[in-house]
Amino acid sequence: MADKTEDHSAPLEQFETLPRRILVVYLPLAVFVFVLLFPFYWMTITAVKPDSQLTDYQNHSPFWVVGPTLDHMRFLLFETSYPAWMWNTMIVSVASTVIALFTSVLAAYAIERLRFTGARITGLLIFLAYLVPPSILFIPLAYIVFQVGIFDSRLALILTYPTFLIPFCTWLLMGYFRSIPYELEESALVDGASRWQILTKVVLPLAVPGLISAGIFAFTLSWNEFIYALTFISSSENKTVPVGVLTELVRGDIYEWGALMSGALLGSLPVVILYSFFVDYYVSSMTGAVKE
Amino acid sequence: MPEPDLAENPRMQDDPPPRKGGWARLSESRNGLGFLFMLPAVAFLLFFLTYPLGLGVWLGFTDTRIGRSGIFIGLENYIWLFDDPVFWLSVFNTMIYTLVASVAKFGLGLWLALILNRHLPFKNFFRAIILLPWVVPTVLSAMAFWWIFDSQFSIISWSLMQLGLIDRPINFLGEPWNARWSVIAANVWRGIPFVAISLLAGLQTIPQSLNEAAAIDGATPWQRFTKVTLPLLTPIIAVVMTFSVLFTFTDFQLIYVLTRGGPVNATHLMATLSFQRAIPGGQLGEGAAIAVAMIPFLLAAILFSFFGLQRRKWQQGRD
Repeated sequence: MADKTEDHSAPLEQFETLPRRILVVYLPLAVFVFVLLFPFYWMTITAVKPDSQLTDYQNHSPFWVVGPTLDHMRFLLFETSYPAWMWNTMIVSVASTVIALFTSVLAAYAIERLRFTGARITGLLIFLAYLVPPSILFIPLAYIVFQVGIFDSRLALILTYPTFLIPFCTWLLMGYFRSIPYELEESALVDGASRWQILTKVVLPLAVPGLISAGIFAFTLSWNEFIYALTFISSSENKTVPVGVLTELVRGDIYEWGALMSGALLGSLPVVILYSFFVDYYVSSMTGAVKE
Repeated sequence: MPEPDLAENPRMQDDPPPRKGGWARLSESRNGLGFLFMLPAVAFLLFFLTYPLGLGVWLGFTDTRIGRSGIFIGLENYIWLFDDPVFWLSVFNTMIYTLVASVAKFGLGLWLALILNRHLPFKNFFRAIILLPWVVPTVLSAMAFWWIFDSQFSIISWSLMQLGLIDRPINFLGEPWNARWSVIAANVWRGIPFVAISLLAGLQTIPQSLNEAAAIDGATPWQRFTKVTLPLLTPIIAVVMTFSVLFTFTDFQLIYVLTRGGPVNATHLMATLSFQRAIPGGQLGEGAAIAVAMIPFLLAAILFSFFGLQRRKWQQGRD
């Protein structure tokens, strides 16, 4: 996708004058970038500001910080359950991603390549499942989670997150499997490979980019999930980062903005780091799901 | 020459397995194997998606509360909601929120996509940082907005006061309409990257030669945009906007962080009201009824996308 960029850019740009280019391209782009990034800048600068400068706009410019401090981070890491939330989020995200990837690989392969009776309908139903939003499922799911007896445990999240991960991953992997030539599988079949061997030795190695896309995307979706974690978890030590920061760090009317923003910053870092390594995979998984 | 390893490749052995058990037959027939492969995914989706969906509809017809299983009460929840002004206010808010935010996301996202589709230095870098708002957990970036929209120490208010445009801080989240515009702004901020990057991918599939041909025929840039680019982009726009509308309509996190539905329910969406009634309020039945009331709107959005796609096929001739 990225290599097509050069061919299909807006045409005839060479006839544009520089002032016009600045006005219609660079200026709007600068505004977009500023607006889209400013909240992160503000988050970061607040996270390292000493309390004395935080609301004292008279004596200190709010846009800068004199003598940055790590006090908020220290408070977060040593005087709250933040490390536990981080750990919970990590376990839940990794476990639900692994479950989702495993089940989706099998399902996508079956739908796309085994072509069992009703495969097309199944594919369509899986796509429809992707359109069912968590905000209409969380009440009955809370009821089920309670009945099953896994309320207020990480297991509740590990088992429910795949409901929105599996449809997405299956749909994405179906696209990748479709692009693998049939001939490869046929020759493996002729050589006597079983379906399982074909899947693990032929198809999966070729679909590694798709697996990475689906995996990091699923991890990000699980890391960012909020409404299930808010509903199914009640004790502080079992919370995930988004829920913990919001419900435990806000006490009464006194907002400790430094600690809150540190929590937001640290909680964003894992996905941002992951993202920075796999930008192209993110883009292809996002647009891949749309383009099918 | 090494001997072929017979153990590793059973097909090279001469004699086929003498008899097959049920398992072998299952794993060799196309449908049997398909069933086996589909089993984990289908089991998950049936138990944690289809069953809850049905259970949700059922709960909407009962008076279930937290810790007490309910009995069937027919349409009572819906009749009760029909006379509830807060419910109708939440429907109104959801409509405004979805409509304004989706239109803004589409307009700004398309604009950004068109800018990124030009020859730019560091294009991949720009594309990467523009997607950041979408990658960062919504709750955490919403907290940054919470602080940006603070009633006393808002950085926006401070900047405007420094510029002499206003003389006291704006009460972003404390006044009904201010709060509505503020949450919409935060939602648009988070939604632009998705729309822009998806539409950019669509733009890159449009052959440049079409635009050049139109230009040679004397089409102005505006004509080229409306008569060449936009029609070719329509199918992708239909899908992207369906997703965008769907996720905006069912939004929960942003509102929960910024206002929790306040001030005086002015920003309650159907999703947040449903949570409010069901979990802190304990009325699972009523909350489920509100959630079920969202389904017709979701179906409308999905059908809209479906017919958008149909139109594309029709435009391109039959398949």
